[in-house]
Amino acid sequence: MPINVLMPALSPTMTEGKLARWLKKEGDAVKSGQVLCEIETDKATMEVEAVDEGTLGKILVAGGTEGVKVNTPIAVILEEGESAASAAAPAAAPAPVVAAPAAPPSTAAPASKPAAEPAADAGRVFASPLARRMAEQAGLDISAIRGSGPNGRIVKADIDAARAGGKAVARPAAPAAAAAASVPAPAAVSAAALAAIGPHKLVPLSTMRRVIARRLTDESKQQVPHFYLTVDCVIDRLLAGRAALNARSPEKGPGAFKLSVNDFVIKAVAVALRQVPAANASYSDDGILMWDNVDVSVAVAIPGGLITPIVRNADAKGLAQISTEMKDLATRAKDGKLKPEEFQGGGFSISNLGMFGIKEFGAVINPPQGAILAVGAGEQRPIVKDGALAIATVMSCTLSVDHRVIDGAVGAEFLAAFKRIVEDPLAMLL
Amino acid sequence: MAEQQFDLVVVGGGPGGYVAAIRAAQLKMNVALVEREHLGGICLNWGCIPTKALLRSSEINHLLHNLDAYGFSAQNVSFDIAKIVKRSRGVAAQLSGGVKHLLKKNKVTVFDGAGRLDGVAAGGARKVAVSKDGKAVASLVAKNVILATGARARVLPGLEPDPACIWTYREAMVPAKMPKSLLVVGSGAIGIEFASFYRNLGAEVTVVEVMDRILPVEDEEISAFARKAFEKQGMKILTGAGVKGVRKGAGSVTALVEQGGKTQEIAVEVIISAVGIVGNVEGIGLEGTKARVEKTHLVVDGYGATGEPGVWAIGDLTGPPWLAHKASHEGIACVEKIAGLKGVHPLDTSNIPGCTYCMPQVASVGMTEAKAKAAGRKVRVGRFPYMGNGKAIALGEPEGMVKTVFDAETGELLGAHMIGAEVTELIQGYGIARTLESTEAELMHTVFPHPTLSEMMHESVLDAYGRAIHF
Repeated sequence: MPINVLMPALSPTMTEGKLARWLKKEGDAVKSGQVLCEIETDKATMEVEAVDEGTLGKILVAGGTEGVKVNTPIAVILEEGESAASAAAPAAAPAPVVAAPAAPPSTAAPASKPAAEPAADAGRVFASPLARRMAEQAGLDISAIRGSGPNGRIVKADIDAARAGGKAVARPAAPAAAAAASVPAPAAVSAAALAAIGPHKLVPLSTMRRVIARRLTDESKQQVPHFYLTVDCVIDRLLAGRAALNARSPEKGPGAFKLSVNDFVIKAVAVALRQVPAANASYSDDGILMWDNVDVSVAVAIPGGLITPIVRNADAKGLAQISTEMKDLATRAKDGKLKPEEFQGGGFSISNLGMFGIKEFGAVINPPQGAILAVGAGEQRPIVKDGALAIATVMSCTLSVDHRVIDGAVGAEFLAAFKRIVEDPLAMLL
Repeated sequence: MAEQQFDLVVVGGGPGGYVAAIRAAQLKMNVALVEREHLGGICLNWGCIPTKALLRSSEINHLLHNLDAYGFSAQNVSFDIAKIVKRSRGVAAQLSGGVKHLLKKNKVTVFDGAGRLDGVAAGGARKVAVSKDGKAVASLVAKNVILATGARARVLPGLEPDPACIWTYREAMVPAKMPKSLLVVGSGAIGIEFASFYRNLGAEVTVVEVMDRILPVEDEEISAFARKAFEKQGMKILTGAGVKGVRKGAGSVTALVEQGGKTQEIAVEVIISAVGIVGNVEGIGLEGTKARVEKTHLVVDGYGATGEPGVWAIGDLTGPPWLAHKASHEGIACVEKIAGLKGVHPLDTSNIPGCTYCMPQVASVGMTEAKAKAAGRKVRVGRFPYMGNGKAIALGEPEGMVKTVFDAETGELLGAHMIGAEVTELIQGYGIARTLESTEAELMHTVFPHPTLSEMMHESVLDAYGRAIHF
């Protein structure tokens, strides 16, 4: 019997995605585990593997198609002896979901198991007819709006709130639930209202731009009471240590590494979070979530936006491992090849603009995390040491803190621990 | 007196209170209901229900005098007002008994007496004292108390009730004999229903309304339509007019009615005063609490919270609209909030239908055209007359109209306004449409059965978009 390949859900909240391209042609033989096609969501590109063997009988959704709903048949695989003609009515074939994203089977993340659980919340969007029409008129993505009606139905008031950028914004949720699609749209800023200012060209918002706007506006800057703590760290010893360690790297081969200052910052943050666990926490209306693991998100600029891949359990990893992982994550982030579980979650973020010569800055918290560390450039500055002027390499770091979960003293304690480690990098070994 | 412990005490057994008590019992609360007079409250005993029984009789009287149109003839048709009243009281008694049974079935403990807040017990629970004829009969303790003591007729100075010649709804509902002439002061739902009842039984009826139109909360077109219909029936209507004084005589009363700067004397047998209501906020122990009274009604949030811990209020005791179905709905939302149920929504007061059972009937939900425009909405208005509906013609009810008001931009159904036979039974269709946030498209796609009066609801929507078929 012909088997339908269905559009997979790459995350529990994904409702649709772009079918980027087909790697197999109609008529190609496919084996279980072979990559059929690539699917793009707002942040990631994933490969879809065949689960069954046979011939790719018919491609139902062409490569490059956007907005393909989850569980829509995208292709038909024929078993031996079947012809493409028998696949003419694929929708009628009662085949199960057979496409699975190429995630390692060991990860327990629900995103890797759409075959077993066609995400229940990823299908139909429940919205009133009036809400649908108003969202369409306002150019809002209704699937990105949280419903306040019975059983989460999206109603007029939700659209009004989304347009006004008002109070319908999401409560901070646990990271597992913080995927992009479950939160309301950002405040409406009408291009028409701005058009009078001068000649311009209108660049349509990418999905990523919408997600950035929503997450940083509605879920963070408007909802989270930020405060900021800045500390100067003398990093001459760190730089010396870095040079010494890099000198030990093999010239080439799999063991080669080149530690960056940022790798030290990641490690120092991780160790400091372990020392001050109160800073490794997120706010929710139901209580403070104290994270067991030290998972550090690192902001990476990518074409058209940014993404925060996660170095998991960074406190337990060595500098070389952190460095290697970070390089891999950053490379794949730029190629749009991160898996959802590689950028969704994390308990704390680092944003480093030192390479651009930025002296210091305050970052916007990456919700629902409790804090983000903004790292400036390490530069030679005059300092006063033992009552005399001296020159030292100083790096200013500013911690943005969610006051609902981390108070000033806790933030300062964390920053002091961080400074101590950065200024005395051997402490990382303890 | 030993204190009796409950989870919830409801003070007042009207359509707000008894419904709240039953819902609370369904949610496994141990509930006490305190009622000082009769279960079912004003609605069931002295309001909605007995007046519907009276109006049914007056409709039948109207029909009996127009039998010829349907091919019948009858001579010497007469009625006995005592029997009409007796039937009305019987209907009320039957339903009040039904409420008693429902409360018993749900294991709600009913206390016969007046309840009042009586301070705070240890642990922050509220105390409610119950008294009957000035004697304390029970002392109740519960974490939460819902006040649902309702409202009573507003009394204008000079129009104080007098069983002989100045009636409120209470006296008007149980006339000992049929008055030949009446003056009804106030043309809201209550005034107009009594005016219609007595007019259809043959009394000379004059309505005095201080506003510039009758049924002032309804859409202006509906008010105008109703006025025309009533005047055609022989009712006299004075708008922009007020009663400046009364002179009581033997078997009659003369009202000094001022209109447009001129005063005229109108002599009638009886004046019915129907100039609104005031909340029953007295004697329920609000003194010293954080509960706030504004214009005789308690100020509450969307769930009935008064600001005083553990004290809630619903129904006519709180803000408008003062309607039984609003009270019941509030009672349920309040109890579910107390129980901590998830997804409890406060009552949307913009979506409560209003019904007036005069002849022709009036029903509406949502915004009037004028209110929609005042709110800055661009509107599309649809109208459909009873004259264009097959069922209406077959029934011999060609008088009436269905008006719909849509937001021109979004297609939101902002309001619906109906006048004519059975519109009180039809309005809920638009209520559901509004609750589900239908636009004109879903209403147009809905198949309305033929032949029914409801087809006019469809046609009115079509008309708003220039697509009416039958007119």
